[in-house]
Order: sequence, then structure tokens, then C-alpha cells
Amino acid sequence: MRPHSAIEDLRARIARIERSTAHQAGVLPFGHAPMDDALPGGGLLLGALHEVVAAGEAAGDGAAAVLFTAGIAGRSVGKTLWCLARSDLFAPGLAQAGLDADRVIYVEAPDERALLACFEEGLRHGGLGTVVAEVTRMSMIASRRLQLAAESSGTLGIALRRWHRSAGPVDVSTPSAAVTRWRVSAKPSTALPVPGIGRARWQIELLRCRGGGSGVWEMEACDAEGRLAIPAELANRPAAEIARPRRATG
Amino acid sequence: MVLAADNVAQRAGLRVGMKLAQAQAMVPGVIARHAEPDADAEALDRLAGWALQRYSPLVATDAPDGLVIDITGAAHLHGGERRLLADLVERLAATGITARVAVADSHAAAHALARHAAKPTLVVPVGDDAQAVLPLPIVALRLPSEMVEALRGLGFFTIADLAHQPRAPLTKRFGALLIRQLDLAFGRAQAPIMPIRPPDLLEAEQRFLDPIGTPDALALHTGVLVEQLCPMLEARGLGARRLDLLFHRIDGAIEAIRIGTARPNRDITRLTRLLSDRIERIDPGLGIETMRLVAIIAEPLAQVQAASSLTAKATPDLSGLIDTLSNRLGPDRVYRMVPVASDVPERAQRRVAALSPATGESWPNWPRPSRLLARPEPIETLALLPDHPPASFVWRGVRRRVKRADGPERVFGEWWKRDAEMAAVRDYFRVEDEAGARFWIYRAGDGEDAETGSHGWFLHGLFG
Repeated sequence: MRPHSAIEDLRARIARIERSTAHQAGVLPFGHAPMDDALPGGGLLLGALHEVVAAGEAAGDGAAAVLFTAGIAGRSVGKTLWCLARSDLFAPGLAQAGLDADRVIYVEAPDERALLACFEEGLRHGGLGTVVAEVTRMSMIASRRLQLAAESSGTLGIALRRWHRSAGPVDVSTPSAAVTRWRVSAKPSTALPVPGIGRARWQIELLRCRGGGSGVWEMEACDAEGRLAIPAELANRPAAEIARPRRATG
Repeated sequence: MVLAADNVAQRAGLRVGMKLAQAQAMVPGVIARHAEPDADAEALDRLAGWALQRYSPLVATDAPDGLVIDITGAAHLHGGERRLLADLVERLAATGITARVAVADSHAAAHALARHAAKPTLVVPVGDDAQAVLPLPIVALRLPSEMVEALRGLGFFTIADLAHQPRAPLTKRFGALLIRQLDLAFGRAQAPIMPIRPPDLLEAEQRFLDPIGTPDALALHTGVLVEQLCPMLEARGLGARRLDLLFHRIDGAIEAIRIGTARPNRDITRLTRLLSDRIERIDPGLGIETMRLVAIIAEPLAQVQAASSLTAKATPDLSGLIDTLSNRLGPDRVYRMVPVASDVPERAQRRVAALSPATGESWPNWPRPSRLLARPEPIETLALLPDHPPASFVWRGVRRRVKRADGPERVFGEWWKRDAEMAAVRDYFRVEDEAGARFWIYRAGDGEDAETGSHGWFLHGLFG
């Protein structure tokens, strides 16, 4: 047997072991080829835990991460459970990123422990499309539990990592069992020919992805259907130019 | 003899305990009614039944004019003790009942404080019973009137006077009752309350020859009780909206769990799970001899066809999840947001129950931030022209230069809500700083007329 096929064989076996309990849930594509190509299966894996981190110290970035998450939740099928620690979310803003008010149920948890418990409860239930939780700290053990809960039901779980002024920015190097980790930061938008303000622009980084690559993309913010768009001045050249070379990560 | 007098009568100088002839002499034409103790007792029972449905599984009548409600473990479902009290007083006031209420660690302390403390509603922090009852008069101890007279004769007027006396001489002079009542008031002894049992409720009961106490045994018998109760509900076409599980301990105390469901329900597994979720809060003491499961509120439950055709996908039923979360955190912590027709941003959304029907409405398509600060925060600005956004601003100690901006979007005050908003105006701008972060800022006032606002600048929300 050639060594190559032996490795392929092993990979297939590992995949079978890993997914033995999981639903064959499929993926949720972004609709933007370079991003989808970096993800195994061509999109965000449903039935898995994903992490979205707000970048930098500018508080605006936290809001960008919220809208990025709302866009994903808006494109998924079914209702969304949004677990909050503080109620400063503004529903009209989420609706503009594609997440209708009728589709979101909010849960306000008094503390971090209750928040993670609600998160897990939502993921295990199986009747929801997406469960989002605004967590500040997530241990490896907690993320492993959440990942297993998401696998068992096929629900998309998104841990939106908020940073607190006291605790400082989220440390992106901490390990977790999440399948992907994203970082979203705001970028200056293109100047309009007239006074005013155009569509917001984000830098979206895929920091790590189990069985996939990584990458950096500059995209225009979610529209009312939750879709990202390629900025006009980049649309005419290959998007791969601004993406980092792909690396394998564990 | 005057047994009760309403507010008007009391203002006219009538007091409980007066002779009727004296009252008639003081206020000619006073309306006097004969006392009806039986009807009073019946009304008190009805009130207790209402409190049982609404507030707590353990409610007892405290004749002639009181209710005892054990809110241990039930307060969080109403948003805390203070909000529970406020709700209780308000609802009673709406039916014409003026209530005095107090929350304390022990029944006796709460009884004394409700009747003799200055404040009509009072919440004593946990562990502060002993301090709170000290200034009360000795009548609050519920002693026979001749004993109160005798104590007064000896110069004891408040509980504090008695508290520091040696116990032995007091017992010798007045008997064990005085010491017992003092211990009850200070929370050093507990007297169990006898909760009411309305006769027409569905209930299931398990008695044990050997008292049980382990969590596993409690969970097992909870399941058995649910299995007994559900067929009874089914036979009547009902589903439970509120269930109480009562644990009678061998020392006479009663522990209770209350759960609520968003929709009428008689699903054995789900109800068992909701109840078992909370069993760890039960303190079995020396053992539990009887467990009782009562359907406090039951409503008609119609069978619903799950999916109408072979191809249609059934919409997932979320009521189980909502129930679990609401019972754990309190029902007002699980909600949906619906639009309200208001231009004032903080009034544009309203909380509704998580399972209320979809409205299909949305907000007008004006740009709105994803995070709205609970309170607009003042910012220091460098503004060039009255109708323009500022060139830079300082928020939370960081100076940001405005690169791009859009606005103003003028929001007028809602004069029909508050007089102060008659002329109020806010001019909202969307601004982007040099890093690309976007903020929602406004100027209070239209920039010219001081009556429309202070002309100060505020940051209200963050965009993505």
C-alpha cells in the first residue's frame, strides 16, 4: 500500500471516529469562495462550536463581531437563542444584519456559570438553528462540553467572546475545542464621492480551523440578508492576493 | 364595640376597641355593620387560595386578618423579594385591600414586623431578624393581654427591654410561653406553618413508611408522582401550567418546589425533568415522610397534529427549552424583542414572552447600532458648525477623529409621554473614526434653541 493512501485511510477512519455520534449536519457557506474554500466542507460546520472574537481595544469592534455573528445566525435555518450577560443588544441593529426580531429568543443569565449552562441547554435541545452566547471566559473543559452538545444535536453554536474593560482584550492564543476561531475588526470604509458614510468594512480573520486553513479577508459588512460582500475596489482582482498563504493547523 | 374602622372613620377619630355608642356620639350618622367572622374567614381563605396560585406553594391563613407566605425559593420567579412585595401590594390595592407586608427569616419575625413596624412594606436582610424586631413593642410577641399588662407594669415596653434580661427569672415569673415567643421572634426556634390545601385541585401523594432523604430516592418518587398525576390530567383534558411538589419532613417542616410551564403540559418526561432539575435545593432534614404533587394551575390542553403532510417538516417545539430556562432563571429573563412604534431609540423595542406569536413586524430601515448603551454617555467634542457632526470627540478617555459622518437624523421628544419632552430634540449622527469603528452620537437640542436641549453631545450606540 502506498504511504499516501495509508494516510488518507487513516484520516477517513479518524473522521469516522470523530463524527460517530454527530449528526451529518452539513455546512453553512458564506457565499464568498475564498472564505468557503478555507473551511472544510465549504462553509461553517453546523453541529459545531465556533468562536468569534472582537479585535483590538476599540469598542466598535465588539459591535462588528455582533453583526458578523447576527449575519451567520440570520442565514441559518430556524430560531436563534442569544444568551446574554448584559442586555445592551439592540434588536433593530440585529434585524438590519439579517436576524429578524421574531427569530431571536434572548436569555439573560445572572452570571457566567449560568450563561454557559444556558448555552449548553440550547445546544442540546436540537430545535434551534443557532445558539449564540456572549462569553468572556471559556475554559477548555467548557468548550469541549459545548462542542459535544452541538455535535449531538446538529445546532450551530457561536461563542461570541466579549472583552471586558477590567479583563482586557480576549487572549486569542488560549486553546479551546471550538472548530473555528474568527476575529472581526472594523476597517475604514471607502470614501463616498459625496458627504456621508458608506457600507461598513470589516477585516475578517480565520485564526484557526480544525482540518482547514486560515486566512484574512477584507469584506463589506452584512446586508439585510446577512451576506457579506467583496469591496468594490477589490472585486476586480483575485481575492487570493490579500489572503495569507494557507497553513495547516491542528 | 368597634372591631374595624376604615380610613375615613379613622381620620374622624374612631379607633378599634371603642364602644359603638361612643363612636356614634363622636360621628353622628356613622355607618355601622355587624361583624361577620365566618364571612371574613371565608374571604381570607379565598385570598390565600389566590396567593397560592400566584406566589408560592406554601401559603397559610393567619386568622383573623393575616396571610403567611413562605417565599423561600419562589421569590426569584417574580424578580426578587422586593418586586414580589411590590407586585403583591399593588394587586391587593387594586382590589381595595390595604396590606402591610414584611419579609423576614422566620414566620414570627415577619408577623411582628408586618403589624408593628413603621414601614408598610419591609424586607429584612437575611440574618438581621434579631436586630429588626428589637424596637418593636411587646404586643408584637403575640402574648396573652394580661401578660402584656403585667410586663408593662414591670417596665418592659419593647422587645429590646426583654431581650437582655436573664431567661430563668422571666420563665419563673411568666412561664415558658414568653421565652418561646421571644425565641421565635429572634429566629432561634421555628414553628412550622400549616399551609392551606384547596379541595378541588388535582394531586398525587406518596407516603413512606421509612422516611427518605437521598436525592436519588427523591428523584425516583418525583417520577412516580408525575406518572400518577398525568393520567388524571389527561382524563380531564387538562395540562399543567403550574405544579407544586411538596415534601413533608418528619420534623413538621415542609419544603416545596414550584415549576411553571409556558404552555399547558402533561408530558411525563418533561415535567419530571423540570421538577428533578430543582431537587438539589431541597433540604430533607431528618427525612421526608410524604411527598405531594399538586397541579396548582391546570388549563385545557388540546391535541395538536404534529405535521400535516409527509413532506412538511414539523416546526421544532421550543416550549420545553423555554420552560427549563424560565424555571432556572425566572420567566422575565427569557424573552423576545418586538418593535414599538417609537422614534426614541430606547423605546423602540419591548420585551414579550419568548413563545408569544410572531408579529412579522420590523423596524423602519434607518441605520441602527447593534449595541445600545443603557444610558447615553456624555462625550467631549470639537464641533465646527452647529449643523455638522463634531470633528473629533473623546469617549471613555480616548480621543477619536471623525473621518466620515452621516446625519443628522432628528428625533423629537414624545410629549404625550412626559411634559419634559415637549420641546426636546435629539440630532443623531453616524460617525466613523480613523480606525473604522462606527459610533452613534447625538446632540441634545437642535443647536439653536436652548429650550430643545442642553446642546451637549452624547454617545448612544455602537455600530459594527
